[in-house]
Amino acid sequence: MTDQEILAGLAEIIDEIAGVPADEVTPDKNFVDDLDIDSLSMVEIAVAAQDKFGVEIPDEQLKDLKTVQDVVNFVSKNS
Amino acid sequence: MGNNDQVSVVVTGLGATTPLGGDVASTWSAMLAGTSGVRRLTEDWVEPLPVKIAAPAAADPVAEVGRVQARRMDRCEQFALVAAREAWADAGSPEVDPYRLGVAVTSGIGGIGSTIAAYDTLRDKGWDRISPYTVPMLMPNGAAGWLSIELGAKAGAHALVSACASGAESIGYGIDMIRSGRADVVVAGGTEAAIMALNIGAFAAMRAMSTRNDEPSRASRPFDKGRDGFVLGEGAGVVVLESLPHALARGARIHAVAAGAGYSADAFHISRGAPDGGGVSFAISAALRDAGVEPSQVTHVNAHATSTPEGDPLEARAIETVFGPAASGVVVSATKSMTGHLLGGAGAVESVAAIKALTDRVAPPTVNLDDLDGEVAISVATAATPLKPRPGSAGPMAVLNNAFGFGGHNVALVFTEYVPAPLAASPEEA
Repeated sequence: MTDQEILAGLAEIIDEIAGVPADEVTPDKNFVDDLDIDSLSMVEIAVAAQDKFGVEIPDEQLKDLKTVQDVVNFVSKNS
Repeated sequence: MGNNDQVSVVVTGLGATTPLGGDVASTWSAMLAGTSGVRRLTEDWVEPLPVKIAAPAAADPVAEVGRVQARRMDRCEQFALVAAREAWADAGSPEVDPYRLGVAVTSGIGGIGSTIAAYDTLRDKGWDRISPYTVPMLMPNGAAGWLSIELGAKAGAHALVSACASGAESIGYGIDMIRSGRADVVVAGGTEAAIMALNIGAFAAMRAMSTRNDEPSRASRPFDKGRDGFVLGEGAGVVVLESLPHALARGARIHAVAAGAGYSADAFHISRGAPDGGGVSFAISAALRDAGVEPSQVTHVNAHATSTPEGDPLEARAIETVFGPAASGVVVSATKSMTGHLLGGAGAVESVAAIKALTDRVAPPTVNLDDLDGEVAISVATAATPLKPRPGSAGPMAVLNNAFGFGGHNVALVFTEYVPAPLAASPEEA
């Protein structure tokens, strides 16, 4: 899966869960500061990402994934 | 006002979303027209249940709340938000010091739909698939919390729980918050969203529900000889309560005076009302006393009357006891005949209806009252009935709303017409 495909899949998830339009989900965006996504929604996003990409994101890793690019890198590295 | 050192509390905003309409105007016009909100349920889960009817909300709250927000809010919280937004707009969306603005909004059961959904997920898919919003969705104070966020209300957000008296008790608590000086404005009311298999099964197990499945609109029939139980409804009612000086200072439109509240506990049985109605008449008398209202001022009672065989005559007896021979001059309406029973939302929606009856001077009908129970000696309106001040009335017109809950909770609220004080001559000119 290319980074572009991961980004598109992640954007779909974020739209569904947090209502952020896909075109706003760009790699540099910080989940909390830019996309107004709280820690509960991050848990939902992580579970949905697991289903979509087949990559488990452990809680201790999740707290370090601050930006969209961080998640794309994590999925890319672990899939 | 019962006690002259207390500030008067007035109602400056009304909101509701009910089986009859998505707002106060549509609910009230459907009520006056005698429309039933009770339907035959068509969901698959209804099949094994003995009760196949309910009164679902007329308007989908998700349309107002929005898809993303609705994922994080139980349906009962969504109803509360819809009704609170309407009430707040109706009050003129006032600017209030956050620490002078309170919330007292609750539910009888809480987010039971979210509880059930989370349990299904736990069983079928495991704990890590449960929505992380489940706890704030199932807690009965969830609506109070959400409304405090919505309005920026920092004086306190409260969720009193007393089963089907919860909505009325919250309005009583809101009155107290203002009287005690904790707040200038309080958003108060109740909500419920419990039309699902578990709740219907559980109430049916108590033999509390109507099984008139073939005639849904005829099933809820308070005070009628043929009544066989209540019909479950859903929705929310919210009022904006405000201290009179605060309302006057901002030129608010005043619907009514929230004149008083009365309470009692039956201390008798966990779900049956005490048959002598003593607890109910005590609560009504206490509310009148608290409001400083004479029985002769009361023209209308929005009764709790749920259409159960035991409950309705008990309430009728209590009304007779309090009003004595004058009870025949009080127009009693049982609007659950149209809305079904909104549980924790009931006292709030019915307070809204009682206030509309007061401002429009018309009592809504009680539908399906074909054959009055012989034990009921009060005058129950079967058609929309004009309200006129009673001969010898001691003051402004008053209406009463009753709400009772399993656990033996009895709450009565009194609302009176707002009569502006005569303009005082200014000291310079006097």
